[in-house]
Amino acid sequence: MTTVSPGSTAQPDATAAVADGGAGGGVTTAAAAPLPEPGRTLWLDILGVVAILSVLVALYGAIIWAPTEAVMGHVQRIFYFHMPSAWVALGPAFTIVFICSIVYLVKKDLRYDRIAGASAELGVLFTTITLLTGPLWAKPIWGAYWTWDPRLTTTLVLWFIYVAYLMLRSSITEGHSRARLSAVFGIVGWIDVPIVFMSIRWWRTIHPTLVTGEGMNLDSSMEAVLMLSLAAITLLYVYLLIVRVRQLDMGSRLDRLRQLSHLR
Amino acid sequence: MGFLSQAWVIARKDIIGELRTRETVLSMLLFGFLVILIFNFGIEPGLREENLVKPGVLWAAFTFAGILGLNRSFIAEKENDCLQGLLLCPVDRSVIYLGKFFGNSIFTLSMGLVVFLFFSVLYNVDLLQVALPLGLILVLATIGFAAVGTLFSAVSVGLKSRDVILSILLFPVMVPVVLAAAKSSGRILDGDPLSSAGLWLALLVVYDVIFLTVAIMLFDYAVEE
Repeated sequence: MTTVSPGSTAQPDATAAVADGGAGGGVTTAAAAPLPEPGRTLWLDILGVVAILSVLVALYGAIIWAPTEAVMGHVQRIFYFHMPSAWVALGPAFTIVFICSIVYLVKKDLRYDRIAGASAELGVLFTTITLLTGPLWAKPIWGAYWTWDPRLTTTLVLWFIYVAYLMLRSSITEGHSRARLSAVFGIVGWIDVPIVFMSIRWWRTIHPTLVTGEGMNLDSSMEAVLMLSLAAITLLYVYLLIVRVRQLDMGSRLDRLRQLSHLR
Repeated sequence: MGFLSQAWVIARKDIIGELRTRETVLSMLLFGFLVILIFNFGIEPGLREENLVKPGVLWAAFTFAGILGLNRSFIAEKENDCLQGLLLCPVDRSVIYLGKFFGNSIFTLSMGLVVFLFFSVLYNVDLLQVALPLGLILVLATIGFAAVGTLFSAVSVGLKSRDVILSILLFPVMVPVVLAAAKSSGRILDGDPLSSAGLWLALLVVYDVIFLTVAIMLFDYAVEE
């Protein structure tokens, strides 16, 4: 991608040339701005232990402690993990992709691209969990694995958008062009989500379905388990995000070292 | 030269190139016809719900055929480093985007018009009755399609598997356009007045405005080399 010599791009757009100078001549600037030394950090280990423990406690709460739902029976318990997964994916995970994409385009710092990439991976993971647990609950309750309900359909389209985002990333090798192009798509994709939701809602309002909502009367212990589960899954997401970003940081550090040793 | 006339120069270049080779629009057209043909075998003839299926066939043909044109849009620029020359033009990058957007819109629109004609003959649609409202929907859908499509075409042109990637990127983002276009044209084909599809037309307009703006802002990053 950046095989063009910086001199030829200098005329049309000075700012682009400066940014590309950093990209193309990454080897020379690498020494000037070294990546932070990745050492073992106690706080991260503690965070990991807390995240895993809280997931275990939430699991206990959801499977054993919470009372069985009167109408739906045991299958309702899947909700304690279905809803928090949907929240993590649709809330923080994809929003971070959007924000970090913008920040990357402004600052041209690959760290933000790595955060966006890591968050998209986790977002797809949690969306997949949502899309898998949903039908498992829906089959006995609604009588069908799938209905074209606005929320379901939007989640499915969202899944396609971010799988496309990951495919785009995986098909580009050079760091800055990958960051640039995937940031463009990350921004467009995120803006598209509310429009998708609106359009599908209108579509379904015009042709109403049998299923109007999934209203549940939660009693206080169920609500407590749900809150606990929300916290646990969110914590798990935060932990996995940090670990993944650090992995990617180390990967790019390794790449630079390899480049440097190759030059010598 | 004004902003729009600069963009028009770039669009004209694409149109002249297309008139000389006649490659893109012809292949889009044939592909669109074929999609309608293939879909036709999936629909039971004389099906009572035929009217519910028709708009879906029409817009599937439009989307699939349209993406062929978008695929070619920047490939021609990539050959002989034309893109490099284009980027060296002493104009704003948004002018280049608008130029390519105009070109793509015109190709998609001409393909859409002929595919509509083909469709109306095959499915016995009284075209005179629905020509104007369907034309309006076609124009609005084309703008949204070409706005996002031109940007994504620039994003994917440098990649090895660009054809597949472009489809994978574009189709999910196109969901609101295809949905709104199919639903509104379904109303028109049912003989309802245009006003009954007002909500869908409004959605198309909103989509067009938002993504044309976003694409103009982001295009610079998509082609920066």
